[in-house]
Amino acid sequence: MVGMLVYGLINSAFFTLITLGFSLTFGISGVANFAHGAFYITGAYLTWQFVNSLGLPYPIAIGLSVLVTGLAGAALYWLVLHRVRGLVLSEVIATFGVGMGLLEFYRSIGLTGHSYKLPTFIDGSVEVFGVYVDYQRLIIIAAGAALVLFLWFFTHHTRLGLTFRGIAQEEDTALAFGIQSDRTAMLSLGMGSAFAALAAITVMPLSLLQVEEGSHILILALAVGIVGGMESVFGIIVASLIFGYSQIIVATYFSPHYSMIVLLAAIILVLVIKPSGLFGKFKELEERV
Amino acid sequence: MATREKGEKGARYRKERLDRGIKARSDGIFALTSYREALYLLFPRTATVIGLLLLPLILDEYWTKVVVITCVVAVLSLSWDFIALTGMFSLGQALFFGAGSYLAGIFNHYWGLPPILTIPMATIGGGIFSTVLILPALRLRGIYFAMVTFVVPLILVRIIEMSGIFGGVEGLSALTPMPNLWVACYLIIIALFVCLFGFRRLMDTDYGLVLKGIKSNDQAVMSGGINIYWFKTQALFIGAATGAFTGAFMTHYYRFVGLPAFSMDYTILPIASTVIGGPGMFAGAMFGAFILMPLTEFLRAIGTWRVVLYSFIMVVFVVAIPEGIFHYLQRKYHQFERWVKTE
Repeated sequence: MVGMLVYGLINSAFFTLITLGFSLTFGISGVANFAHGAFYITGAYLTWQFVNSLGLPYPIAIGLSVLVTGLAGAALYWLVLHRVRGLVLSEVIATFGVGMGLLEFYRSIGLTGHSYKLPTFIDGSVEVFGVYVDYQRLIIIAAGAALVLFLWFFTHHTRLGLTFRGIAQEEDTALAFGIQSDRTAMLSLGMGSAFAALAAITVMPLSLLQVEEGSHILILALAVGIVGGMESVFGIIVASLIFGYSQIIVATYFSPHYSMIVLLAAIILVLVIKPSGLFGKFKELEERV
Repeated sequence: MATREKGEKGARYRKERLDRGIKARSDGIFALTSYREALYLLFPRTATVIGLLLLPLILDEYWTKVVVITCVVAVLSLSWDFIALTGMFSLGQALFFGAGSYLAGIFNHYWGLPPILTIPMATIGGGIFSTVLILPALRLRGIYFAMVTFVVPLILVRIIEMSGIFGGVEGLSALTPMPNLWVACYLIIIALFVCLFGFRRLMDTDYGLVLKGIKSNDQAVMSGGINIYWFKTQALFIGAATGAFTGAFMTHYYRFVGLPAFSMDYTILPIASTVIGGPGMFAGAMFGAFILMPLTEFLRAIGTWRVVLYSFIMVVFVVAIPEGIFHYLQRKYHQFERWVKTE
């Protein structure tokens, strides 16, 4: 029972981690980044390459790959999305195409098999409330909490964060106040991608680095976002808790097979009852027809 | 068409493009004045129809199979374009395809029905299944529809994979085949023509006008006292049933249905075709498929790099050539050019 509580929390933190980047980008620039999963894999793959091919120390490799992935996200905005801004269909096709292309690119250069595995940050495990948990899983919780706190602090107490919120709330008025909408959108895409890389590096040591993870992560992030409300951080935390615990409960009492059905059922149920997500008040009027 | 005169040194020329008179007469009002003009309009249409009908007779077996898969992708692209014209951007053609595939497989495998029954049943059934599944997302505008259609087929794959229903990972095999390749090929070619000309005709009716209106301004349509959800549902059903048909067809063509039916290929290929050919006009989507799929055969050697290349082409087209190839060709067909001297 205690085990379920602890592992449910870890699972929820995992969901929050992978969704935050997507939600940040969507909430600020309105771009649904379908390349999110590809950037997730990029972060992990770059770290692996930095550690194993260049022989960099692990912390430097992590910092560098987060930075590079963030730059890649910003480049995606500046080179591609910038030109089709506002055309929803083109934005979707462009990010989807880039994501798909990146993932298949990794597959083509040989990112398959069992040889790709990131090392854990700290080995070993610790006893929490009578349950053994390895340090890496605790780090996932810590990273999730830290990221949420950082995001809250960033959007409420820094100049840049406030401009982000300004653009998200009312783009025209923000423009009138001298906030550059394109630059902010580019930064939001860069930050979203960097968050994806960060999530990947935190989570990947627990499993193998595989291309398939890319689309899997994207599905999960979209599911959490749809249920919680795309741009609401609080909604995402709630949705993550719902998914995290329901998956553990279903896996314990029924069978792990049903966890995906829970996901599908949750999406459809939420769309029927409250189409903009549980806490997605913000763009409700605009998004609902 | 005047050619550029030579000799005058230093004179500057620019190319002038003028619409042919026939464009105005056939676009707005329909007033053709001669058989020559009628032929001018009919030629591209009849040439496509006759050319495609002749293709299986000319080509050998291998390339006939390429024609079949090309037509399948073309029909899927038409379905995508149709739904997109109603303002819904689907990222889940694989859902429609997979639903049709699995239903046909189930009818055939468990109930022993022949293809002549399973294909129509799977077409209707797959259409209803997909429509009901994404019905809740119809109330949302913009990006949400794309997200939901993207997520649902991938989750269905995982459900089938994990629970092992309908053959699980192995799928259902040894299903009833098509009588022969000719029947298969002409069935899908005729289906392609029915969709192409049917959709074009439908979009020109009042019904199509409502659908196009929903895309350009849904609130104006609502204020006209029209229930847009009902129209969107119908449009979604038409598109989904079209996609389900191709799935059911492929099930009997391959004699197999399995998890690949929900694979991303069936989502990305129709979108790439439509983007390359030119969206918003069904002939463009079909044209794109007929460029992309034969290209696939030539590029078989480079393996998975193909998808990288498609994605790249797709992004380039979306950013740089958003109108697609077909619109360009059509404009050229309806225009003539001449060099004129600039002052």
